[in-house]
Amino acid sequence: MDRRSFSGLAAALAATLILSACGKEAPPPPKSEKKAEAPKPPETIAVKIGAAAPLTGSQAHIGIDIRNGVQLAVEDLNARGVEIGGRKVKFEMVAEDDEANPTKATTVAQKLADAKVAGVVGHFNSGASIPASKIYSDAGIPQISPSSTNPKYTQQGFKTTFRVVAHDDQQGPTLGKFALEKLKVKTVAVIDDSTAYGQGLAEAFERTVKAGGVKVVAREHTTDKDTDFKAILTRIKGRKPDLVMFGGIDPQAGPMVKQMSELGIKAKFIGGDGMQTPNFIKLAGNAAEGVMASIPGLPKEQMPGGKEFLAKYKAKFNAEVELFAPMGYDAVMVFADAMKRAGSAEPAKFLAEVGKTQYRGVIGPIEFDDKGDLVNGPITIYVVKNGKWDALETVTPGSAPVDAKPAAAPAADAKK
Amino acid sequence: MDILLQQLINGLVLGSIYALVALGYTMVYGILGLINFAHGDICMIGALVALTLAQALAASGMPAPLILLAATGGAIAVCVALGVSIERIAYRPLRRAPRLAPLITAIGVSILLQYSAALVWGKQYIAMPEIVKPTALTVGGAQFTDLQLFVFMLACTLMAGLLWFIKSSRMGRAMRATEQNPEVAGLMGVNIDRIIAFTFLLGSAIGAVAGVMVVLYYGLGHYFMGFMLGLKAFTAAVLGGIGNVAGAMLGGLLLGIIESLASGYIGDFTGGVLGSNYRDIFAFLVLVLVLVLRPSGIMGGHSGERA
Repeated sequence: MDRRSFSGLAAALAATLILSACGKEAPPPPKSEKKAEAPKPPETIAVKIGAAAPLTGSQAHIGIDIRNGVQLAVEDLNARGVEIGGRKVKFEMVAEDDEANPTKATTVAQKLADAKVAGVVGHFNSGASIPASKIYSDAGIPQISPSSTNPKYTQQGFKTTFRVVAHDDQQGPTLGKFALEKLKVKTVAVIDDSTAYGQGLAEAFERTVKAGGVKVVAREHTTDKDTDFKAILTRIKGRKPDLVMFGGIDPQAGPMVKQMSELGIKAKFIGGDGMQTPNFIKLAGNAAEGVMASIPGLPKEQMPGGKEFLAKYKAKFNAEVELFAPMGYDAVMVFADAMKRAGSAEPAKFLAEVGKTQYRGVIGPIEFDDKGDLVNGPITIYVVKNGKWDALETVTPGSAPVDAKPAAAPAADAKK
Repeated sequence: MDILLQQLINGLVLGSIYALVALGYTMVYGILGLINFAHGDICMIGALVALTLAQALAASGMPAPLILLAATGGAIAVCVALGVSIERIAYRPLRRAPRLAPLITAIGVSILLQYSAALVWGKQYIAMPEIVKPTALTVGGAQFTDLQLFVFMLACTLMAGLLWFIKSSRMGRAMRATEQNPEVAGLMGVNIDRIIAFTFLLGSAIGAVAGVMVVLYYGLGHYFMGFMLGLKAFTAAVLGGIGNVAGAMLGGLLLGIIESLASGYIGDFTGGVLGSNYRDIFAFLVLVLVLVLRPSGIMGGHSGERA
C-alpha cells in the first residue's frame, strides 16, 4: 500500500467516524435492553417486528403490499409514541424475502429468530407459513399471518401461530355454498395449482359442492409456474361444466381465464383470494369480465378503518393497496396492543396476551379462538365489472345459512 | 373427436413456438458443436423488449399491426445485437478450449441474462396490452383464434424461408460447408468467424420472433420465462436430431403435440393418479427416451460425428 492510498483510507475512516458520531446524537441509542430494571429510566427500547413475505418473484406485488402495511403500522406507532411497561418504545421493521419458497421461508424464519424479533408478521403463502411456524414456535416468537389460509397452519398445536384472515375451511365452503345457492350450478370443474394454498381451497370447495349434490366433472391440476392451460381447459371443455373453480393465484388465473375465452368455454369462473387482485384483470384482459373471487375480510373500502387506511397508504407509497396491507398493518397493532397489556415486549411475557386480543383494527374486530384463528372472519365475494373488482356479497362463515344476504356486515350488498 | 382435434391444434401452436426456438439451438450446434443454453433467455429478452415497446406504443394510439411490427423490429434488433455480442465475447475466445468450457460459459451467460432482465424489468409477471383482439374461428367443433392461426402460419413461413435460405443462398452454402468441415471451408475462402457470427444473428432474430409470439399468445412475460422455453426447445432439437434444421422443426411440432395430448389424456389413462400438472415430465421423458434409444434423433443421421 503506498502512502497516497493510505491517507485516502484514513480520511475515509475519519469521515465515517464523524458521520457515525453525528448519527449517534440524533436518534436514541438503538436496542439496549438494560438488564438493571431501573424504575422508569427515560430511555427508549427498540422492538423489532419481523415481516416475512415474497418480496421478489411472481408474487412480489402481494408480498410488498404486506411489508408496506407493516411499515405503515410501525411508523404510525412510532409517531404516536407507545409506552410499554413505562418505557418508551421505538418499533423497527425487519423485512425478509421468503421468495414464496418453503425452504427459503425456514431460512428466513431462523434469521428473524436470530435477530430476536418480538413478533413476526408473515408469511404470505401457506406453504411458507407452515414450515416457518415450527421455527417461530421453537423460538417462542408469536407469528401472525396476514394471509395464509390453509387450515393446517393453526392445527399444528403451536401456541405461537395466529392469523387475521378466515381460513380455507371457511373460504372454500363459502365459495361452494355460493356456487350452490346463488349460482345454482349443476356441474363444476375444479383446478388447483398444486400448492398448499390452492389445493386446500380447491378440496374444501369440492367437498362442499359434492355434498350439495353437484357433479364434479373434471378435477385438474396445474403448477404455480405454468402459463399454458390450453390442454386441461380443452379437456374441461369436453365435459361442459357450468362453473370452473380455480384454487391458485393471479399469474395463473389471468392467462387461464383468457385461454378459456379463446377456447370458447362459456362456463363461469370462480376462485379464491389469491386471484382477487388488480393484476388479475390486467393479465386476463377483457376475459376477466364476470369472473368471481372470494376474499377473506370485508371489501377494503368497507373495512371499518378502510377509507382512512387506503388514503394513508396511497399517500405514503403512491400505490393502491393490492390485497393484504390492512391485515399486515393490523397484525403489528395486535402485537403492540398485547405488549401494552402485558407491560413487556418480551415474547415470553406478551405471547399469552396475543391470544386474548380484543382489538378493533382496520379490518374490523379481531379476536382469536383457541387455535389462533380469527373468530368470525367475514368473507366477501367479488365480481369483475367494467374492468374492476366489485363487491357482490359478504358472508360470515359462522352464520352463513341459505339466504344470508346482509349478514353481519352492514355494507354487504355494495351498491357502488 | 372435436376434443382430440382441439388438443392437436393446441399442440401445433405450442409446437410451432418450440420449433422456432429449437432452430436457434440446432443451427449453433450444427456449426459449433456448442449447446447455447443462453438461447432461451435471448428469446426472453426479445419477448420483454417487445412487451415494453408495445406498452409504450399502445398508449399512443398507433394501429395494431404497426405496433406489432415496431415491437417485433425492436426485439429483433436487441436480440441480434445481444446474440452476436455473446458469441464474440463469451464463445469465440473459447472456440479451441475443451468442450466443457463453452458449455459452462453458456450456462453462465444464461443466468447473467436472466438476472439482468430481473434488474431491468423486475421479477413480476408483466401483462401485454391487448393490442390485437383475437376473433374465434371454429373448424369441426374445435375452436381457435386468428391469433393462434397467425402464430402458426408465421412460424411455418419463417421455417420454410430458413430452409430455402440454407439450401439455396450463397451464405447458406457457406454455412453448410462450415458445418461439414470448418478447416476445409476456411481453406476454400469461407470466412469462418463471419459465418459463425451470422449463425448467431439468424438464430437470435428467429428467437426474438418466437419470444414476441409467446407474449402475444399468452399475454404475459416474465424474466424466468426463457428457462423452461429453452429446455423444451432443446428437447425438441434433440428429438428431431440436433444439428439438423428440418429436424428441429419436426421435433418442435411433435413435442408440442405430445405435451398437449399427454396433459389432455394422462388423467384418463392413469385413472386420475397422475394429473395434467405432470405435463413437463413428458417432455423430458421424451428427451431421455430419445437419448437412450436414438441419440441422433429422428432426422439426424450423419451429424453424429460432429457431436
